[in-house]
Parts: sequence; structure tokens; C-alpha cells
Amino acid sequence: MKNPKIIVIGNGMVGYKFCEKIKSKSPASHLIVFGEEPRRAYDRVHLSEYFNGKTAEDLSLSTENWYQENNIELFLNTRVTKIDRFDKTVSASNGLDYPYDILVFATGSGAFVPSIPGIEKEGVFVYRTLEDLDLIRDYAKTANTAAVIGGGLLGLEAAKALIDLGIKETSIVEFAPRLMPRQIDAAGSEMLKSKLGELRLKIHLNKNTTSIDGAEHITGLTFSDNTSIQIDMLVISAGIKPKDELAKACGIDIGARGGIIVDKNMQTNDPSIFAIGECALYEGMIYGLIAPGYEMAEVLASNLLDGKKAFTGFDMSTKLKLIGIDVASFGDNFITEPDCRTITFENKHKGIYKRINISNDGQYLLGGILIGDATAYNLLLQTSNNKMILSENPEDLILGNRDGNEGSSGAAITNLPDTALICSCEGVTKGDICSVVADGSCENIDDLKTCTKAGTGCGGCLPMVKDLMNDTLKSQGKYIRNVICEHFNYSRQELFDLIHIHELKSYDAVLDTLGKNDGCEVCKPLVSSLLASLWNEMILKKGNDVAQDSNDRFLANIQKGGSYSVVPRIPGGEITPEKLIVIGEVGKKYNLYTKITGGQRIDLFGAHLNDLPFIWEELIAAGFESGHAYGKGLRTVKSCVGSTWCRFGLHDSVSFAIRIEERYRGIRAPHKFKSAVSGCIRECAEAQSKDFGIIATEKGWNLYVCGNGGSKPQHAILLATDLDSDTCIKYIDRFLMFYIRTADPLTRTATWLNKMEGGIDYLRNVVVNDSLAMGVIWEQEMEKLISSYQCEWKEAVENPSIRRRFSHFVNAPEEKDPTIEFVEMRGQKRTTEWK
Amino acid sequence: MTESPNDWLAACRIEDAVENGGVCVKNGEDQIALFYFTRRNEWFATQNECPHRKQMALSRGMLGSLTDEPKIACPFHKKTFSLRTGECLNGDECAIKTYPVKVENGTVYIGTKANF
Repeated sequence: MKNPKIIVIGNGMVGYKFCEKIKSKSPASHLIVFGEEPRRAYDRVHLSEYFNGKTAEDLSLSTENWYQENNIELFLNTRVTKIDRFDKTVSASNGLDYPYDILVFATGSGAFVPSIPGIEKEGVFVYRTLEDLDLIRDYAKTANTAAVIGGGLLGLEAAKALIDLGIKETSIVEFAPRLMPRQIDAAGSEMLKSKLGELRLKIHLNKNTTSIDGAEHITGLTFSDNTSIQIDMLVISAGIKPKDELAKACGIDIGARGGIIVDKNMQTNDPSIFAIGECALYEGMIYGLIAPGYEMAEVLASNLLDGKKAFTGFDMSTKLKLIGIDVASFGDNFITEPDCRTITFENKHKGIYKRINISNDGQYLLGGILIGDATAYNLLLQTSNNKMILSENPEDLILGNRDGNEGSSGAAITNLPDTALICSCEGVTKGDICSVVADGSCENIDDLKTCTKAGTGCGGCLPMVKDLMNDTLKSQGKYIRNVICEHFNYSRQELFDLIHIHELKSYDAVLDTLGKNDGCEVCKPLVSSLLASLWNEMILKKGNDVAQDSNDRFLANIQKGGSYSVVPRIPGGEITPEKLIVIGEVGKKYNLYTKITGGQRIDLFGAHLNDLPFIWEELIAAGFESGHAYGKGLRTVKSCVGSTWCRFGLHDSVSFAIRIEERYRGIRAPHKFKSAVSGCIRECAEAQSKDFGIIATEKGWNLYVCGNGGSKPQHAILLATDLDSDTCIKYIDRFLMFYIRTADPLTRTATWLNKMEGGIDYLRNVVVNDSLAMGVIWEQEMEKLISSYQCEWKEAVENPSIRRRFSHFVNAPEEKDPTIEFVEMRGQKRTTEWK
Repeated sequence: MTESPNDWLAACRIEDAVENGGVCVKNGEDQIALFYFTRRNEWFATQNECPHRKQMALSRGMLGSLTDEPKIACPFHKKTFSLRTGECLNGDECAIKTYPVKVENGTVYIGTKANF
């Protein structure tokens, strides 16, 4: 039939996908769509995000004009009331009849509502459409307690939505003895239940609701075991019911428990009528997930146009994050002994449960369940789908390799057959990925994504794609270079030397000379940092400003909510009462939150972008300068009070700290770095937790390097002992220049040392014994950086072309961002939480 | 994009825009991020709010490209979005609105009916 008239009943996700597929294959197709909801098709999978601030438009799958642009007649708010199969027409609620050649049911499903006495009461809702959500949101304003009937996937989503709406106490009522009865087993359910309990969700299992109580409004539920709970509202999410009434009324075959019966071509018993999505029943099964629905749409669209594909069922393995908890099931998840052998792992402390089912001969993985940690999901799914032979220790699959040797998971990847489907969104196999890496057309992950489309859908397979790529490269004996990004085919160290040799001074010049395309958020701050380390020019010099990371660009740290913080330098933590008063007055005048930092200075939070130049103007006038809290460079040099006051102090630690802080202020490095000076071995300044730390001895100073606080604390290691002040500074110059030249991006000194071949002995040889004969050069380079120091904020407030960028609206420069909000706490202001 | 009548907002003069960067344009209660991608000689406009944490920040982000796709990275958590389609390029954030831009006699105009 040439260009048949196709009518689609239903404008849900699958109906929309079908239209999209038909139109992309044959733009001239004649399509009419009827939808009974008032809105265009929207993303029902992410329905609950409606309560997190997403609008109906955000959730919409298409743009307003999409149907028009593609010549599809769309009738919203319109039901099909009757189908005449003899005349091949449908009658719509607008009173008109429409002829069809092909009729597609994409009517989806409605909520299954059990017939419980009292179900008609006010305050009882279903969770299915945006209209349902609007009703729930309105009612929730007056409710304190709520329950959800149904502990499946949707029920848990609904419960999450109720928490988000501010309901104080939410219960989940499930008829079955466990949660998510289709996906997980009893032990998994127990684990999930205890995790959900931590979120103040009450779980009632094995509960058969016999009545919904209350006069007009719901006030509670009574169960068959004569227990009851008090609630203000109820959401029913007890399963889905295919919408098949219309099909049934015109004589289409319907399954005993509902659903329009279709064959592998999605065809019903009427050759002109088809069904796809949740209203379709294929081999006795309703597929209540989105992926098989889309597959049905694809099968039907291609069959109507060129006719080759067939639907042969769908892998219902799923991995999802439910209220922040990983839940996954794959393959035959419920098979039990004696038909298989199961291996389970349970860690109640961390809320992790894993179960795998293996064949009785121990050869194959049949299926499994993962709760709390689903990182192994991809590999397990592959192992099971591809019938890979298991090792003699299949428990390694969920416990990891415990003998300290790497390779078990790597080996598993290597053993995958070429046909293994790695990216199921785009249908990319292991063979597809490995062959483009092997023939040299792709050498990095971005090339791979472009070339194969792997990982461009949900992105869940990317770690595996990367492993496959590295494995293939390694097996070819290729050196895996740590290149910066798709725009620069160099490591940081290579780029440092190239910029130096070519004497490049701006980001654009570097990109034009050494890179390609337009750069990105990875290479821009990195190159900016290199330029600053090399030439120490004002970082906001025209053209380089937009290549700075946000904090450097506005010389302040952007905070939650969009305001900025102001941190003046207080070298060594020494400050006069006059200067303290200035900080206090500035804080009061601009309504700032003030806090003492860990680095012995004062942080002022909550400044509007527009106010920053005014604040700094006042601070600079009082003798302050930038503290570079926003930059990857020297933060603070902390000090104890030292020999000037302390009865134990050996040397003047404050003076030395100030000398050091003023020496290295403003210098940019691969990451921030911190220092401290202690006046004696009691170590009050905590110098051994710093990137370089100095402790006074009877004879001079001990210099420690590469310490770190933070998430992985590491003590600094003694580099040299009993140094006089100048020698100590000479060693620090060399140490810092060596670090600046050779460290990977965003690598602190501790990690840099940990990766260094030869470790501290090598470093000591380079710095103290000058084994690379670079000492003099580095000292000269450091002198150049120090002599070119200028306070960036001074330049910024004095230079009108830089200063005008500190304003929120380009077309209303005086106005501040009206969306920034603060609340009161302990007599000061703070930001509001993330929205 | 089909040419359709639009409400054109005079946002700023060319020289007020930031080369290879963004500025924020006030449109009544709304905020629009306007980008002058000088390297590509292209103008783009999107909503200023990053959908990830609902921060008014995209105009302060860094421009870049992913293969040939021009993109903007939010300064907060480096979510990136296509400047052409608004689609999120490194996560499952929902797409941002994009607006048409035209330049006439040195003034930059934004079509305030979004492209979607």
C-alpha cells in the first residue's frame, strides 16, 4: 500500500516514539494521533521529577512545533469513542469520523485500582499522569501522613515523591511478603527495607487492605489482620491495567487478564490493526518497561515501511537508582536450588546485598540481584547474556578478587565474545568497539563515542567501554598517553614545555598553535594555569578571562545559590586590631556571613557579584590584598606564635611564615598548596599536614614536604634538616618549580610524590643535591614569578574594562541577581538549600 | 529552525557582550544567557538557569566544543549543554531552552520565544 493513512490512538511515550520512527524513515507518511490527555507526550519514567521542580514542558518529549513541523495531525484532549473495522473509520469525541488504512493502539495502561471499600473517598489518588500529580500536590499541602499501596517500582517512586512534597510520615503497604516482588527476593527486600527505613519510610509487608476509613476524607486504612494505620492521604500504585476496552469493544482479541493480543509483528487478529507498548500482550506477557515499548515501536515502524523486523521478547534486566539506592536484577533472578546454585553476599553495615545464580555444573551465570551496590551489573549481565564460562571462583564476580592481584575483572572483559552487547542503548558490541580501536581510528573515549555511538545514551556502559579500549590498546603494545582532552593531544607536562618554547601568552594562541577546535572546560582552566605558572600575567587579561574557571574568572569562590565569598590575605595569620575592624565593618555594610577559616584567616560569604569590586576597593584601601582562595595556588602559611611570645619557641615562626606567604602568594600551580611554620617541635601550626611545612630546631629549620589533610590525610616527609632561612627558601623554590612543571592537572603534592618513581629519595636528590642541574634555572624562574606579582583585585577594581564584568545583568548593570536568597541562622545569614 | 515571527529583545550592543564568553540578559522576570562564540563567529542564547541544581549560572560558564558541537559548561558542577539543541551532553539532566539571536546595526537581539 502506498502511503497508507495511519491513525495512532494514544500519545504516550511509545506512541510518540512510533511517530518519530515512522517520520524519520518516511517523512511523507500520513499520521493522525489522538491523545486523551491535554498535553503532548511526556516522559512518564521521570514523572516524580515533576515534584523536584521540573515543569510539564521540561518533561515533554517533543517541542511544541514538532508535530506541526513533521506534518502530524495531533488531537489532544480527544478520545476515540468507537472503531468501525468494516468501514475502517474511528469516531472521536470531537464528533468527527476519521478513515484509516492502518490503526495502531498505543493506549498504554492505567493504574490498577483494587476494589477496596471506601476507594471513592477524598484524599485517595492514583500515580499515573501529570494531572494525578497536580491533584496529589494540592492535597499534600494539608496532609501530614500518607501511605502508598503497592511496594513495586512505581510505588517506591510515589513514596519518594510524597517525601519530596514534605509529607512528614509516609508508609508503604505491600500485599506480597516483600518489596519489589518482580525484581528482588526476600533477603534483598529486607536490605532495601532497612535502607528505606533510614529515610523514615515505614514499610508494611503482607498487608491486605480491607477498607479505606473515614467519613468523606480518608483517615486511615484497615487490614485483614485487623490492624490499621492513620493517614491523611493515600496513593494507589498497585500495578497497571492495559487500556484495552476500545479494542475489546470492536472485537479485537484480548488476553484473559487484559491486554491486546499481538504477534511478533505487533499485529492483532485484524491485519490492519496493531498494538504497541503497555497495552500489547505478547506471548502472555505485558512489558511494563520503556525499553521494550520502544523496541515494539521500532518493530512496527519498520514493518509498516520495509517490513523485516520481529519482536521476540525483551530482556527485562534492570538497573536503577531508587531513592538513592542501587537496585538491579538480571537474567533469571528468581531461579532457586535445586535448579541452580546460589551465591549470596550480605553486608548489613553498608546495606549491600548481592545474589548470583549459577548453573549446577558451575559453568554459567544464570541471573542475579544486586542491592546497594550495582557497580558489577554491566559485567554480570554480559557474563549471563553471553553464556560465558565462569572461573573456578565465581564468587569473585560479586566479592571482587581478594588475593591482591588485579586482572579478574579485566580478564572477564577480555573473555567476552565479540558479539557481546556492551552499549544496549545504541546496540554497540564489543567487536564494534575493539575493531575501531585496533585499526587505529579511535584512540580516546571521545573518538570512540563519535565513531561507534557507544556510551552516548544512558552512559552506564562507559566504564566498560573505557576498559575495553585500554585493554585493546595495551594488547597492541601501545603506550597509553595521559592526554588532556580532545582538543590537546599532549600531557600537561608536554604542554607546559611547548607553551614555554613557543612563548605563547594567551589561551587562544595556545589553542591555535598546539590544539584544535574550540577548547572545553577541561583544557581551558588547565592552559590558563600553565600560562599563569609560566608568565604570571594578570589572569583576567583580555581573552584569558573567559578561559578561567569560574572562581578565577571572578576572583572569588562561587557558593551555593550563586553568591561569592571574599577572602583577604592575612599572612601568617597576623592581623592588627584596625584591620580586624575594617573586615567587621565591610562585613556589616555588605551583609556578609563571616567565619574564621582553617588557614588562620577570615572568610566573608554571601557577596553579590555586583558588590565584589566595592568590597575589595574598601579592603584594598585598608591595606588588604587578594587571598587567592579562588585560585590553584598558595593558600595560607599558618603559623604558631613562635619565640616572640611563646616560652617554648625556638625561632620567630610568625616572621618566617609571613616571609614565605608573601614570597609565593599568587603563584599558580597544578593544584592549591598550603604551608605552615611551627616554632618548635610541639608543632602547633600542624606543618606536617601541609604541602610544605617548616619546624624550628635548635640549629635552624627542618623542611617537610608533600603532606596533605583533606580526604586522604598523609604526613609530610622530612626533606632536609637544620637549614638556615635562605637555604630553606632555596629548597622550597626548587621543590615548587619541580612540582609546577611536572605534576598532572589537579594533583596535590602528596599524590604527585606517591606517583613519582624513586619517591622521596629521588625528590631529595633533585631538590637538595640538584641531580638534574636545574636548581639555578628554577630559582631564576621563581624569582621572575615573584617579581611580577601584583594583587589581582587591585588591578580588577582599577581597570574599567575588567571591572564592568562584575555585574549580573548586561542590560541592567545596577541590578543584582534577584534569585539569590538567604535565610537567618544563629544571627547571621546562610544560603538556602539546593533547589 | 523555521523562521517564525518572534518577540525580539534588544539585549545589548556587540561590544557589551563578552568575546568567547557569556553575559546574562534580564528579560522581565526571566534570565537569558547570551554567548558570543567569537572563535566560531556564532551567537547563542539559552536559559541562564542550570537545570542540575537550579542555579542562575550558565552565563558565567565556559564555552567549548564536543567534536563540532558548541557547548557551555555550568560553573557549578561542569554539566555541559549543547548550545545548538540545549541537550545535556554529559549526564541525564533535562535539556535547556535555547533562543534565536540576531545582530542588526551593532545591536544584539534575542528572540524571546524559545526554540525548545
